[in-house]
Amino acid sequence: MANEVIFKNLDLDRLWDIEQYRSRGGYEVLTKILKEKTPPGEIIDGMKTSGLRGRGGAGFPTGLKWSFINREAPTDKYLVCNSDEGEPGTFKDRDILRYNPHALVEGMLIASYVINAHRAYNYIRGEFWEPYQRFQNAIDQARAAGFVGNNILGSGFDCELNVHLGGGAYVCGEETALLESIEGKKGQPRYKPPFPAHVGLYGCPTVINNTETLASVPTILRDGAEKFRDLGVENSGGSKLFSISGHVKNPGVFELPMGTPFSELFELAGGMRDGSKIKAVIPGGSSSPVIPGEVMMDLTMDYDTIAKAGSMLGSGAVIVMDDTTCMVKVLDRMGYFYYEESCGQCTPCREGTGWLYRIVHRIENGQGRPEDIDLLMDVQNRIRGKTICALGDAAAMPVAGMLRYYQDEFQYHIDHKRCMVGADA
Amino acid sequence: MNALEIKNRDELFTPEIRAEIDHEIAKYPEGESQSASMAALRIIQDVNGGSLTQERMDEVAAYLDLPPIAIYEVATFYSMYEHKPVGRNKLCVCTNISCMINNSDQIVEHLNNKLGIKFGEVTEDGRYSLKEVECLGACGGAPMMQVGQKYYENLTPEKLDSILDELE
Repeated sequence: MANEVIFKNLDLDRLWDIEQYRSRGGYEVLTKILKEKTPPGEIIDGMKTSGLRGRGGAGFPTGLKWSFINREAPTDKYLVCNSDEGEPGTFKDRDILRYNPHALVEGMLIASYVINAHRAYNYIRGEFWEPYQRFQNAIDQARAAGFVGNNILGSGFDCELNVHLGGGAYVCGEETALLESIEGKKGQPRYKPPFPAHVGLYGCPTVINNTETLASVPTILRDGAEKFRDLGVENSGGSKLFSISGHVKNPGVFELPMGTPFSELFELAGGMRDGSKIKAVIPGGSSSPVIPGEVMMDLTMDYDTIAKAGSMLGSGAVIVMDDTTCMVKVLDRMGYFYYEESCGQCTPCREGTGWLYRIVHRIENGQGRPEDIDLLMDVQNRIRGKTICALGDAAAMPVAGMLRYYQDEFQYHIDHKRCMVGADA
Repeated sequence: MNALEIKNRDELFTPEIRAEIDHEIAKYPEGESQSASMAALRIIQDVNGGSLTQERMDEVAAYLDLPPIAIYEVATFYSMYEHKPVGRNKLCVCTNISCMINNSDQIVEHLNNKLGIKFGEVTEDGRYSLKEVECLGACGGAPMMQVGQKYYENLTPEKLDSILDELE
């Protein structure tokens, strides 16, 4: 049951061309909605039934998010797609932009219709130049076919679709930082409330959805919300794109039903490379706490199961590490990432990420002090829940996760000034 | 040059560059041309040899009718804007987790040795510069790097050699 939604038509040559997309029913749902003037509430109900939850990492129910917009509000409304894919380990949205951009264009137009937005933006990270060109080409083709612009298909509905390219900042994946960035400012997250549904882009009601979320919409509405929901499991409807990387033989992006055993995903990725042994798995991007390989082998890939195991499904980015991997070195690199990417707005994150990085870095380099493990736990505690956005939590959670399962490695580094793992000795 | 002294927008940049920036401004609602600041900086950086100077930033500010500080903030917040000269080929090497556990250290070391430069440096002939970057969202092809608009994935020292030869 792989490749049922976004990757459904990947067998087609040049799926990124509009004729190919249309040959398998592409733009039919949008056309039907606009011709029949489907009540937006009906579409929202469909999205709620589908069980689709935000695929960027937070997992917020999509139908519910759309329902927060007052479509009759006397101001502009905006639809924003978040293609600022930057969570380490995640590389699925890049594939959507490259291989199925029209599903995203159609999904964005449907969402815009639902919330009564006449302008929609796709925020694509600036490094994704080639995927951006592919997506821009899809917009141009859709415009030529009458799906973008004024009075779409004679329906009276207007919608402009544009791309805003980022400039290299992880924090812009946070939705309000992303809005600041579209407004041409530094990407510093906004204090909430007010939430974007009330005060978003240019102060107007705004919905921000992830690329994968919006690209799922046409198939959900065409094939039926129940069919999508039933692909998955309770509380985790549908299928999901999993990016799997690290020490596996065939890393890549796989679309699988929610609730698929991790062991199946692992098999699809060819298992371990060179007969090495699995040590640990980061199940949902670098912000999600690490889980030992043998624990992971018994888990299924859905929100509840991974949460129960003390981690997060996040963006579905799975990083597999073999037994030559030094966890201190991994956390050292992760610590540097969050320190580098903190926007500097909140003191606990700005200062705390520096503390975390410096402490782990000295442990990794044989300068660890006896009190460092307690200090790490203390510092991560002082960040969690004390910042405007989730970047602070994202920096703190992996620290606690590493110490939960691999404290002995950190202790060994401190005691012996060297690594207990062969490869790093 | 002081941005405030610039009176006529038509004196700034070439007509082609102005058209390119105007195309970006047109993507946003009227009165929201600040939204085009990131694109304008990117365009100007590209024609300025890959980096920005205060003069260029002031021109962008004047063109968008913004206080220069609004442009400085953006230009210094985002990592893709450069404030020191870079090589004709800016090699952006990812060293984040998936790349790191796939031996990005070896890639960096090979580049260090072969080019004789470290991160943040430019070769004497100006052909290459080296930059460490955070996850570029291509972990399935780790280790990887970006040069210009292109991603190079599944790097090995041998593959690097042939890529470097191709880059003028």
